Amino acid sequence: MSNTLNRLWAYRGFIWQSVKREFTLRYHDSVLGAAWIILNPLAMILIYTIIFAKVMQARLPNAQSSFAYSIFLMSGILPWGLFSDLISRAPSLFIEQASLLKKIQFPKLALVAIALLNSLVNFAVIFSLFMIFLIVCGQFPGWSIVAVIPLLLLQLWIGTSVVVILAILNIFFRDVAPLTNIGLQFGFWLTPIVYSASMIPVAYRDYVFLNPLSAIFDGYHQIFVYGLVPSWSGLIPAVVLAFVLSAVAGHLYTQRSAEMVDEL
Amino acid sequence: MNAIIVQGLGKAYKQYGSKWARLREWLSPTSRSRHHLHWVLRDISFEVPKGQSLGIIGINGAGKSTLLKMLTGTTQPTAGSIVIDGQVAALLELGMGFHPDFTGRQNAYMSGQLLGLTIDQIDQLMPEIEAFAGIGGYIDQPVRIYSSGMQVRLAFSIATAVRPDILIVDEALSVGDIEFQHRSFDRIRRYQAMGTTLLFVSHDKQLITSICDRAILLDGGKVAFAGDPEAVMDYYNAMLSEDAKPVISQTLDQEGKIQTQSGSGEVQLLQVRLLDEHQLPVELVKVGQLVQIQLLTSCKEDIDSLVAGFMIKDRLGQVIFGTNTFHHQSQLHNLKAGQSCRFSFSLPLNMGPGSYSISIALHADDQHISKNYLWQDRAFLFTVVSANEPVFVGSHSLPTTVQVTLV
Repeated sequence: MSNTLNRLWAYRGFIWQSVKREFTLRYHDSVLGAAWIILNPLAMILIYTIIFAKVMQARLPNAQSSFAYSIFLMSGILPWGLFSDLISRAPSLFIEQASLLKKIQFPKLALVAIALLNSLVNFAVIFSLFMIFLIVCGQFPGWSIVAVIPLLLLQLWIGTSVVVILAILNIFFRDVAPLTNIGLQFGFWLTPIVYSASMIPVAYRDYVFLNPLSAIFDGYHQIFVYGLVPSWSGLIPAVVLAFVLSAVAGHLYTQRSAEMVDEL
Repeated sequence: MNAIIVQGLGKAYKQYGSKWARLREWLSPTSRSRHHLHWVLRDISFEVPKGQSLGIIGINGAGKSTLLKMLTGTTQPTAGSIVIDGQVAALLELGMGFHPDFTGRQNAYMSGQLLGLTIDQIDQLMPEIEAFAGIGGYIDQPVRIYSSGMQVRLAFSIATAVRPDILIVDEALSVGDIEFQHRSFDRIRRYQAMGTTLLFVSHDKQLITSICDRAILLDGGKVAFAGDPEAVMDYYNAMLSEDAKPVISQTLDQEGKIQTQSGSGEVQLLQVRLLDEHQLPVELVKVGQLVQIQLLTSCKEDIDSLVAGFMIKDRLGQVIFGTNTFHHQSQLHNLKAGQSCRFSFSLPLNMGPGSYSISIALHADDQHISKNYLWQDRAFLFTVVSANEPVFVGSHSLPTTVQVTLV
């Protein structure tokens, strides 16, 4: 483990430059260029605010502000966007770089690190805009926002493990790519992201929290909508999941690492 | 001191009966394997002392590329061990895995970093890389619009920007044009002289004999022969001619080039051979060596007359020499269907080193324009290598005596 991290650290220059190149490449051929990085999330914020807060006048139970529902939506959708952005790239991660992996010897996990950092950079831009929006409309949650950090870290830990697993599996079983897309859709609707657990009939409410991710997204809602620090004990299933997934990822990597390039 | 030690090296790929077999193998709790191993390399052992050059030859599919991939570490061996002492730069299968959407410059930085260089070092080397690649403004264009020659130019320039301890080149350079080939071999020779260990894969026999200290011949995944490059080449020659097939298929096999064949077809060309002094078939000859070009023909119909001729062309298709039996007063007359004829042309090959082809013509009179039975280009390919004669340049070897007197 520490050996792998050491090798990745030795390739930090390559990783960082690759992140920069991919970031610039994404909007390189467009006329507006870097403006798109901001325009996309800006459009989303405007739509949610105007439609839900002004047109539909949607209100959340126990929330006073007219912005509450749009904040509720964004506080779930933005972190989920990070999650799905990362995972949807996973199946093609190694396959796309087959020619590089076949010709030059370097730690394969560097490609995972590059994907992770790329998703994080995008998220950072979007999340900063969201912060500005919160400040502008006077809904900044205050100190409880610090609680976002452990939630995000936990989410990234799970996400990265899933990426490693899917990226390796898809080399051997190409069915993994379409399965991932289906899985992400189920994940989106089975996790309380655009709805809250309290909207679900009491009889079924407990089932929602069988999903370890529910506690994480419930946590984001607590922080941004109500300014509360989430309950830490509720996150235990998610932490267990993270441990299990990273163990599986590590096992798969050590078992199949040698075979991977043969199948590309 | 050895730069590379390979012991008992083997590589096998897993082959599964069906797509489900792998899934079953992975999921089943019993560890019963559902694949069989397909060995592409087995029991390979050799050593390369520091500063030496090893040539690796063999027909397509002999396992050359797999061996190089294991040496660079991109593929893991199934059996055996590899010990490498020094930093390796490799050019495998045309290039360095460039990203098609990035520019040549961005790719240069990426590959450079993967070779272990820092940004500052690459900044310093970049003008040199650009100059050596010689692709002008294309350096700032995405690699997807590059020709394969341009990719190789850039890849070679990056891989050799800093002298590596060990340089591995996999036929890539044959894609570059002559000018670039010359510059890159100059660089390779200079690095060799400075102590770089070289591993060189090629079908080009002349290159192997001129650059390498030793060579190994791979055949069917094993080392068939190892030793002095010239001896290995002779062995390779013998191995190839062992199964002397009909002319056409043989030439197609060797280089995959299409040969032009024309004619009315009354006479068939059964065999073209190049024989040395001992009447043994050869493909590699020394400057000035006495050889025999031997043709075997067969008449399908009755014909009035038959003249056989040959023409030797160089790499660029320029005619070096040609003649026929008419001009040597050996025209044949009144041949019946089914008659076979053997023609032997003996001559010393006083030509410069290089690869040459022989074209064959079978016709009725002094030239093929009147009545052409058969014309076949590239009917036979051979290579001339320099022997022990004094060094010379040019396409002809003109025996020279020298007299120097102080006056």
